[in-house]
Amino acid sequence: MYDKTKFLPAGDRALVMEFGNSISPEINTKIRNMANTINNLNINYITEIIPTYRSILIIFDPLQISYGKLIENLEEIESSMGEGDVGAIRIVEIPTVYGGEYGPDIEFVASHNNLTVEEVIEIHTSRDYLLYMLGFTPGFGYLGGMDERIATPRLKTPRTKIPGGSTGVAGSQTGIYPIDSPGGWQLLGRTPIKLYDPISDPPVLLKAGDFIRFVQITEEEYKEIQELVKRNEYEVNIIMDGEVRSHE
Amino acid sequence: MNKIIIKKPGLFTTIQDQGRWGFQQFGITTAGAMDNFSMRIANMLIGNKENEALLECTFLGPEVEFGCDEIISITGANMSPKINGEPALMWTSIRVNAGDKLTFSGVLNGLRTYIAFSKGIDVPKVMGSKSTYVRGNLGGLNGGKLSENDEIKLGEKSLSNEGSYLLKGFMPIYKKENVVRVVMGPQDDYFTDEAIQAFLNSIYKVTAESDRMGYRLDGPKIEHKLGADIISDGIVSGSVQVPGHGSPIIMMNDKQTTGGYTKIATVITPDLNLLAQMSPGCELRFEKVTVEKSHELYIEYENQFKEIREFIDKNRFQFHKTKNLNLNISERIFNVKVNEIE
Repeated sequence: MYDKTKFLPAGDRALVMEFGNSISPEINTKIRNMANTINNLNINYITEIIPTYRSILIIFDPLQISYGKLIENLEEIESSMGEGDVGAIRIVEIPTVYGGEYGPDIEFVASHNNLTVEEVIEIHTSRDYLLYMLGFTPGFGYLGGMDERIATPRLKTPRTKIPGGSTGVAGSQTGIYPIDSPGGWQLLGRTPIKLYDPISDPPVLLKAGDFIRFVQITEEEYKEIQELVKRNEYEVNIIMDGEVRSHE
Repeated sequence: MNKIIIKKPGLFTTIQDQGRWGFQQFGITTAGAMDNFSMRIANMLIGNKENEALLECTFLGPEVEFGCDEIISITGANMSPKINGEPALMWTSIRVNAGDKLTFSGVLNGLRTYIAFSKGIDVPKVMGSKSTYVRGNLGGLNGGKLSENDEIKLGEKSLSNEGSYLLKGFMPIYKKENVVRVVMGPQDDYFTDEAIQAFLNSIYKVTAESDRMGYRLDGPKIEHKLGADIISDGIVSGSVQVPGHGSPIIMMNDKQTTGGYTKIATVITPDLNLLAQMSPGCELRFEKVTVEKSHELYIEYENQFKEIREFIDKNRFQFHKTKNLNLNISERIFNVKVNEIE
């Protein structure tokens, strides 16, 4: 984390408030704290914010405030904000069926790392992953904390269509594709729950600061949950203030 | 039901408004009309709210049949609009009747044409906006571009604002070469001094790989000092990304919300409208302005809308009588419709 937060211009109606140049839970906690503080203050000259790994993009209205005054105000908010304004810890359970047509690359990930398929599943489900930020496409979460033992390079030739709900590995990152999209991740499995639904409020299930817990389910359970999701009857299991299973 | 029927969709026609704001922290981009100026003026001319949804047509316009009497306006790129085969004036309000057909030819200048409807386009708002985000299958008409025989419901508003027009001096001029102004940063410190000089002093060409998501440019390579990758952070419309290959990409309204490439500079808001009207092959040069100057330009940009609104409200053709005259010019007879105005 920087000693002094940097302010970088991003055109005529945005700036980047940069807190550091690394990915760490410490920086991310500070960012969530700052983002929540800004959101709660409902500042009329701030249009919206995009919190990321180590910075917050602040989109503002230059008709209402000058660049210099905005930085002054943000510095003031930063220095006066409390410590613990990050809300309760949420652990969101993602029921996932591994292997088969749902996770066509799981054998490769196993053999690449000299593991059995069962060991890959065991490793992938045994940790909770911090969701650092959402971005890229609707509802896509950047997760941190994956076990290096299952790290696998991306596919050389990306797939043109990966079904929404697929979860996989790219390098030492893991994540879930919320919607059908092209991509080069090694697919381990798939969840029947919807991470993104444009007509829901909120449209995106996960939020920055959540912990993600993959829970292995059978193909039968997958289909059952899928039916419930279709009928809008499935309730995602969210554990409030639970104990986070981390590697540290 | 008030409606329009899309007889032919054109190349890429979508419903857009001012965009979907407030959801970028969930990865949901803004979308919205690429040429904000043309969108706002189109709406202003027919008495709509400036951010009312309209049609954005790219390169080749649609064929639209009206299912009701309506007042429309057409702004942006000139695609030679015609109503029932007769040339229609752009940057004015236009009265059309049920059964009339609006057609276009190829684009003469610019790239994107806007068609606004005084009754308004009646599609559901998704997350506060009617803008179509095709990649996210979101908003507009079923989340996609328009197709043949699509029917779009219009609102119930009664017609007004006939006779509005814009002075030529307010209209943009679309050129093949443009100066595009930028504020340097947020990651200009990732580049060598030579790279910054190359970026600011070279001509860049808009390539065919340019769309609502971004404009890929072709020109002198921009060299990194500290590598092309950063820890992913936020992107705005106008962010100029430079990936490892050294060719800049200007992010536009369907951008992804975050990305991991260095951003050398950001195009200022008023100049995004210029970019929106530049087609592949057009050339541009970047010019650096300070943040303070960019704010002055932004305020100037917003103030001009007040001036234009005042003009439109004060100046209006008053239609009194319509006469049909037969004119004999060089032995050829022309039937001329004349609107007597005040």
